[in-house]
Amino acid sequence: MIMPTYHLNINGSQKRVETEADTPLLYVLRDYLELNGPTYGCGLSQCGSCMVLVNGSATTSCMLPVSSVDESEITTLEGLVSDNGKLHAVQQAFVKEQAAQCGYCLNGMVMTTISLLNKNPSPDDLEIRNALEGNLCRCGSHTRIIKAVKIAAKSL
Amino acid sequence: MIAIPFQSRRKFLKNIGYISVGFSLLGACIGAEDPTIASRITYDGKLPGSIGRAKTVNAWIEILEDGNIRVLSGKVELGQGIRTAIQQVAAEELDMDLDKIQVHLAETGLTPNEGYTGASASIQNSAMSVRYAAAKARQELLLLASKKLNTPINDLLLFNGIVKSKLGNKSLTFAEILEGEQIDREVSIPVPIKNKAEHRYVGKSVPRTDIGEMVRGQAGYIQNLRFPGMVHARVVRPPGYESKLLTLDENGLMAEVPGVIKTVVKGSFVGVITEREHQAIKAEQYLKNHSEWTTSVPFPEKENLFTHIKEIANNPETVRNEGNVEAAIKGVETIKAKYTKPYIKHASLGPACGLAMFDGEVLHIWSHSQGIYPLREALATMLYMEAEKIHITAVPGAGCFGHSTADDAATDAALLALEYPNTHIRVQWSRHDEHSWDPYGPAMIVELEASLDENNKINSWKAEVWTDSHSTRPNKDAGTVLAARYLETPFTMKSRGYLGGGHRNADPYYKIPNMKLNAHYYEGPFRVSSLRSLGSFTNIFAVESLMDSLAEKAGQNPLDFRLRHLEDGRAIAVIHKVKELTASQNIAVDQGVGYAFMRYKNTDAYIAMAAKVAVDKVTGNIELIKMWAAVDVGEVINMDGITNQIEGGMIQAASWTLKEQVTFNTNEITGTDYLKYPILRFSEIPLVEVAIINRPNEAAYGVGEVSMPPTAAAIANAIYKACGKRVFDLPITPEKISDS
Repeated sequence: MIMPTYHLNINGSQKRVETEADTPLLYVLRDYLELNGPTYGCGLSQCGSCMVLVNGSATTSCMLPVSSVDESEITTLEGLVSDNGKLHAVQQAFVKEQAAQCGYCLNGMVMTTISLLNKNPSPDDLEIRNALEGNLCRCGSHTRIIKAVKIAAKSL
Repeated sequence: MIAIPFQSRRKFLKNIGYISVGFSLLGACIGAEDPTIASRITYDGKLPGSIGRAKTVNAWIEILEDGNIRVLSGKVELGQGIRTAIQQVAAEELDMDLDKIQVHLAETGLTPNEGYTGASASIQNSAMSVRYAAAKARQELLLLASKKLNTPINDLLLFNGIVKSKLGNKSLTFAEILEGEQIDREVSIPVPIKNKAEHRYVGKSVPRTDIGEMVRGQAGYIQNLRFPGMVHARVVRPPGYESKLLTLDENGLMAEVPGVIKTVVKGSFVGVITEREHQAIKAEQYLKNHSEWTTSVPFPEKENLFTHIKEIANNPETVRNEGNVEAAIKGVETIKAKYTKPYIKHASLGPACGLAMFDGEVLHIWSHSQGIYPLREALATMLYMEAEKIHITAVPGAGCFGHSTADDAATDAALLALEYPNTHIRVQWSRHDEHSWDPYGPAMIVELEASLDENNKINSWKAEVWTDSHSTRPNKDAGTVLAARYLETPFTMKSRGYLGGGHRNADPYYKIPNMKLNAHYYEGPFRVSSLRSLGSFTNIFAVESLMDSLAEKAGQNPLDFRLRHLEDGRAIAVIHKVKELTASQNIAVDQGVGYAFMRYKNTDAYIAMAAKVAVDKVTGNIELIKMWAAVDVGEVINMDGITNQIEGGMIQAASWTLKEQVTFNTNEITGTDYLKYPILRFSEIPLVEVAIINRPNEAAYGVGEVSMPPTAAAIANAIYKACGKRVFDLPITPEKISDS
């Protein structure tokens, strides 16, 4: 079966992927490009684990067909780390606050935080909670995550 | 320094002769001042149970040629931070830098068989075994070095992988001391351990290094494991527990879904292997739409669940009987109440995943199972294979909070790998299957009756608990793993599993002269197993709700009333602490603060908890504002690790309390995703505050389950204070407290 080809802009570089048009971006990132940042939690856009930045805005990737991504700039956790290995301020804040237990949801939390701080550099408690409403955490790390967002906002 | 890639122990012993010793370690020490070595005390107490199954030092501690130490633990990392705690304990006893300690978690044939990672027992068993094994290793290394250097032990210093004379003229690395051997001496008492007052790492908040990996997208979850040539698979689960496959029409599958490699049908077990992961999802859906199954046994009506449970329960078993409850209750006024809890889910954020590869002789499996050795027994039975031909490596997974579906995904992968050998097969469960096939925490009923004496102290306490099994974890009974029940010759689960967890903590820790506890076991309509804290969650909800009712009847402050029934100083201390934490709270008219206390299992950690809520009496809307916990887990290993576990536990248990219940109709389970089975979201998360009383000279208890049980009672008691409505049936939803 001949597959369509897609040229994607992932973490600042062009990636060529041959896959079915309905393959969600999450599977392209994980299964074809072997990126581990976005994780599969529900496949239903309910939990936020699979979020990536699409042109700087946190978006769930589990239901987003690769054919609709076009020229968008896609950023994953891996793409937030500088070439010299330095972490993004939001990543640093999550480490500093030890804002995880299992960390499976962490990707989505970091993506939402970056997306929020892009639009609102100094969010208050309520704005942080509202922004993270679409991100589930089963371990109960929420209060640490809120602290991490505040720390990140200060350092940016 | 020489980097040594991971290799099996057998290989390590064989190869060690060929690897030269790295000298950079010694080089780094030249000119540096010697550290002050902490003093030792003699430990001659009990050794942990795990030592009994792995008696020698080298079962736990391996000395590597590059100066590092590899610690072998039979436990699994699932977000609880056990790797860091074990690292701290080993580094402490061997006076090494933390980063020189590698922790290798469970793998069959390599690490000790420590059964399951559960019951908050990893610190008591694994970390404590490592403490004594590391202490014994230090003793042996000093003894051997003393002979080799011809220097008395008292004139030697051991730190960071070397032993040197205090004069500084002679030194040996650990590897030089051992000359390719490992320490096969038994871990025995007495053994000199580090004086706890001089601990460098233990008791401190050592940050977990794996969080740095997580934020980079480098976390080692099972879901991220890949092998060259790996293929993907999904299993078409039946529409109901007892459904059997009637027909499967796969004729159009290849034309419809690209990348299909193979469909595997074994009785009513249907799996499909594809090149890519998303293809497996589409193939599963296709086969689901092109198969017919028998209907399953109907579930009871949800409204009748608790009546149904009482109908099917066995005759009660008296678990505890002290004094004479019947006589004490006779003729006096009692307080009686019935408390209920629905089935609830693990709802792990990462659905189960399993990988397997059969090389023609050995079946290799990678799993986030909490018990790889017991899983191996179940698979050996199911596959009629020798256990030694099954090699299972534990790989970290998302937090699962008890026995969930990890073993089942590994079983799926194992069955498919045997049908498609020499290729790594990855099975990823869907959210739908995770929510539908999860062995739930069972529904429970607790009926309590208690009376006060003339001094308003509790004179009698009677508890009746209705519970299903709280652990159907894998063991040699192959029916414990899901897929085995659907094979041509199906395995049905023979044992009922662990029943004792059901009545855990139903007999309060309070001093009560007449106490009786009856357990009524039932075998309910849903698949069940262990969920964080087992029966304690429901039992403490009941016990601590009734304690508030009794305090009210006695006309006493709820905390003072509890204190009047406690004699154990540590229990009293956590209650005083939580009182102190909440002392300055302003409480508005629509608000309330409620309390609860527990000693977990009546033998382990102590916790006193408070919850503050605001209740809208008209709508019944509950705002959970803040929760506090005062905790005594004995000796603290990692202060922040414990705090994190307690905080997270309170939030998860608040979710159980306010939101969660498995929904179903007579045909099917309906709560199959996070919309149909909601859990707390950010807008509903309370503030949390934790105070830990560190008792370095007491035994270290596990902490993972401790904050679950008191949460529901603290919230229920707070709601009662806020609005005068007492809720007996979980979850506590607005319609149960609304005036309208």
